[in-house]
Amino acid sequence: MSIDAASRSEPAPVAFYNNPKVRSATYQIALSALVGFLVFEAASNAVHHLERAHIASGFGFWNNAAGFDISQALIEYNSQVSTYGRAFWVGLLNTLVVAGLGIVFATVLGFIIGIARLSTNWLVAHTAGAYVETIRNIPLLLQLLFWYNAVLKALPDTRDSYAFGGAFLNNRGLVLPNPIGETGEGAFVLTAISCILAAWLFRVWAKRRQARTGEQAPVFAVGAALIILPAVLFVLLQGLPFSFDMPQRGRFNITGGLEVLPEFAALLFGLSIYTAAFIAEVVRAGILAVSRGQTEAAYALGLRPRATLRLIVLPQAMRVIIPPLTSQYLNLTKNSSLAVAIGYPDLVQVFTGTVLNQTGQAVEVVAITMAVYLTISLATSLLMNIYNSQIALVEK
Amino acid sequence: MTTMEGDDRGITDIKFVRATAIEARPAPVPMSGARGWMRANLLSTPLNIVLTILIVLLLAWVADELAKFLIFNAVWSGTDRNACLESIQHREIGACWPFVWERWSYFVYGSYPIPQRWRVDLFFVMLTVGVVWLLWLEAPRRDLGLIYSFIVLPVASYILLHGFELIGMPMVDTVLWGGVLVTVVVASVGIVLSLPLGILLALGRRSRMPTVKLFSVMFIEFVRGVPLITVLFMASVMLPLFVPEALEPDKLLRALIGIALFASAYMAEVVRAGLQAIPKGQFEGAMAVGLGYWQMMRLIILPQALKITIPNIVNTYIGLFKDTTLVFIVGIFDFLRTVEVARIDPKWATPVTSTTGYAVAAVFYLVFCYGMSRYARAMEARLAKGDSR
Repeated sequence: MSIDAASRSEPAPVAFYNNPKVRSATYQIALSALVGFLVFEAASNAVHHLERAHIASGFGFWNNAAGFDISQALIEYNSQVSTYGRAFWVGLLNTLVVAGLGIVFATVLGFIIGIARLSTNWLVAHTAGAYVETIRNIPLLLQLLFWYNAVLKALPDTRDSYAFGGAFLNNRGLVLPNPIGETGEGAFVLTAISCILAAWLFRVWAKRRQARTGEQAPVFAVGAALIILPAVLFVLLQGLPFSFDMPQRGRFNITGGLEVLPEFAALLFGLSIYTAAFIAEVVRAGILAVSRGQTEAAYALGLRPRATLRLIVLPQAMRVIIPPLTSQYLNLTKNSSLAVAIGYPDLVQVFTGTVLNQTGQAVEVVAITMAVYLTISLATSLLMNIYNSQIALVEK
Repeated sequence: MTTMEGDDRGITDIKFVRATAIEARPAPVPMSGARGWMRANLLSTPLNIVLTILIVLLLAWVADELAKFLIFNAVWSGTDRNACLESIQHREIGACWPFVWERWSYFVYGSYPIPQRWRVDLFFVMLTVGVVWLLWLEAPRRDLGLIYSFIVLPVASYILLHGFELIGMPMVDTVLWGGVLVTVVVASVGIVLSLPLGILLALGRRSRMPTVKLFSVMFIEFVRGVPLITVLFMASVMLPLFVPEALEPDKLLRALIGIALFASAYMAEVVRAGLQAIPKGQFEGAMAVGLGYWQMMRLIILPQALKITIPNIVNTYIGLFKDTTLVFIVGIFDFLRTVEVARIDPKWATPVTSTTGYAVAAVFYLVFCYGMSRYARAMEARLAKGDSR
C-alpha cells in the first residue's frame, strides 16, 4: 500500500529522450540548422555562380541608365537618360493603374452578376450562373490571349478604324479625345471639390437629423443641385475650363488624342471579366448568409424589394462579403502580372522581364519585385484584420 | 336585424333572398404547368418581363454567332491556310477545323518523338485508371488505389516518359515534351506533392514549437503574397544559381518545383481550416488514450479534417490546373503554348486561326475544371447528407 502511494505521488522518471521539452528543443534546433544550412549553401553557390559569370551584385544598377523604351509611361520617362529605378516606378504605376481600374470594373460587374444569380427571374439567374461557371473554369491567361490576339488584334488597321463620337478604335488600340486643362482649371477643380464636400456634409447632417427627429430631407435633390449648379454657373461665367484634343485621322496614323494601348485594354477586360465571376460568387454567398427572416420582416414593414436589398440585406451581407472580396482584389492585383504574356509594361514585364535580361541580376530583381507584391499583400491583410475586428458582431 | 327578443320577427324582416346562382367567376390564373411556371419565373413584374426579353435576345444572338462560327460557316477540310481564307473562298469563314485536325497530335504530345508516343498513351491510360480508382467511391480495394496512385504511378510514369536505357526504352529529353502531356504532368505533380506538403505546413503552422511555427508561417505568407509568375521566375532563374552545377535541374523540373511549392502554400491554408474545425475533444480524447502526436494526427485528426475539406481541396486543384498555363511564360510547351505556337505558324495563319485554337483550348480547360467542380459539389452534398442524419 505504501509503495503504491509513493509511486503515485512521484511520477516515474522519464528517459531524457522522452522528455517533451528536450524533444521539442531538439526538433527546433535540427530544423533551424537545416534551414540555416540550406540558406548558406544557396547563398554560397549563388556567389560562386555570379562570380564565374561576371555578374555584378548589389543594387548599384538602380541608378544606371536603362536604355530601353516603355510603351506606356505615366510619369516622365526617357529611354536615353532615365534610370532602371525610374523604369521600376513606371512599371509599378502601370500595375497600379490597371489593378485599380480592374478592381472598379470587376466590383461593379461582380455585384450585378452576383445579385442577378439570386433573381426571381429564372432566365436571369441561370444566365448569370452560366457566366460564372464558364468564366471561372477557363484559365485567365487563355482569356487574356483571346482578348488580345483574337479580338483586339483582329480589329481593322488604322486606315479602316471604327470611328464613334470623336474616338477611334483599331488594332493599335483606342484613341479617345483628350481633355486638356485651360485657364481657370485649378479654380474649377477647387470649386468642384468643395461642392462635393458640401453635398457630403449635407448628407451627414440629414442622416443625423433623421435619426433624431425621424424627418427625411431630400438628400439626393439637394446633393445633385449642390454639385451640378456651381459647375454650370462656372462654365457660363468663365467658359469651359478644359478643351478636348480631338484625335485626327491621318493617312497612316491617328495623331493627337489620348491613346489607350490594346495591351492595356485586353488586360483590363480580361482581369475585370475574370475577377467579376469570383466576386459574383462572393456576393451571392454573402447575401445568402443573411437569414430569410430579415427579408420577410422588411417586407412585413412594407419595404419594397429594392429598398429591402439596399437597406436591410446588403448592409448585413457586407460583413460577410468584405473579407473574401479583399482577397479577390489582391488576386486581381497579383494576376495583373500576367501582363507579361501580352506585353503590357507592368512591373513584372518591365522589371523581371527587360531589366532582368539587361542586367542579369536575377536575385536582386526578383527580390525587389516580390517585395513589392508582398508589401501590397501584407498591408492589405493588415488593414483587413483591423477592419474585421471593427465590424465583427459584438455579442453579449 | 338586431333583434334578440326571441320571436321570429328577424326572419320576416329579411327583404331579399337571391333566387338564382351567381355567375361563375373565371378560373384563377394557373400557377402550375408550363404557363404558370413562366408567369411565376419569367414574367412576374414589368421589370422581369423586360429583362426576360433582353436576355432572350442576348442568348439568341450569342447562340446564333456561336453556331455560325463553330458549325455553319466553319471550314471542315483543307490542307493549308488557303482553305480558311476569306479572300480565296469568297464566303464568310468560321472556325478553321482542318488546322485543329492537323495539329492535334502536336497539341497532345508536343515534340515527343513519334515512334515513342505509345509511351505517352500508356501513361494517359495508367493515369486514368488511378484517377478513377481514387474518385469512384464504390471502387474495390481503394487502399490499393492509394498506393497505386501515389507510389506506383509516379515511379512508373517517370520511367515510362523519361526513359530507362536498361530495359530498352530510349531517353526522351523533357525539352521535347509538350502539349496536353506537359499540362497533365505539371498538374499531377502539383496535385500529388501539394497535399502532403500542405498538410505538413498546416501542422507546422499549428505547432506549439515556435521555430516550426515561424518557418511555416513565413513560407505560407510569403508564397501567398506574391504572384505565381514571380515564383516561377524565381524557380527558373534563381534556382540554378542556388544549387551546385552537378544538381542543376532542367527547365521542366524547375517549373514543377515552383508550381508544387506555390500550390502547397495554398493547400496548407485549406488544410488548416479543416484542422480548426475539429473539436478540441477529439485531440484530448486521442491524447487520453495514449496516442503520440503522429498517431493522433494519422488515426484521429487528419481523417476527419481531410474529409470535411475535400470540396476545398478539389477547388484548390481546379485553381492549380488553371495555373499550370503560367509555365507558358517561363518557356515550357504546355498545351496553351502549343496552341499559341501553332496558331502563328505561317502554314495556317489566318484571321480565324487564333480564335479556333483558343476555342479548342477553352473547351479543354472548361471540361476538366467543370468536371472537377461538379465532383467537389457532389462530395459536398454527400458529406452534408452524412451530417444531417
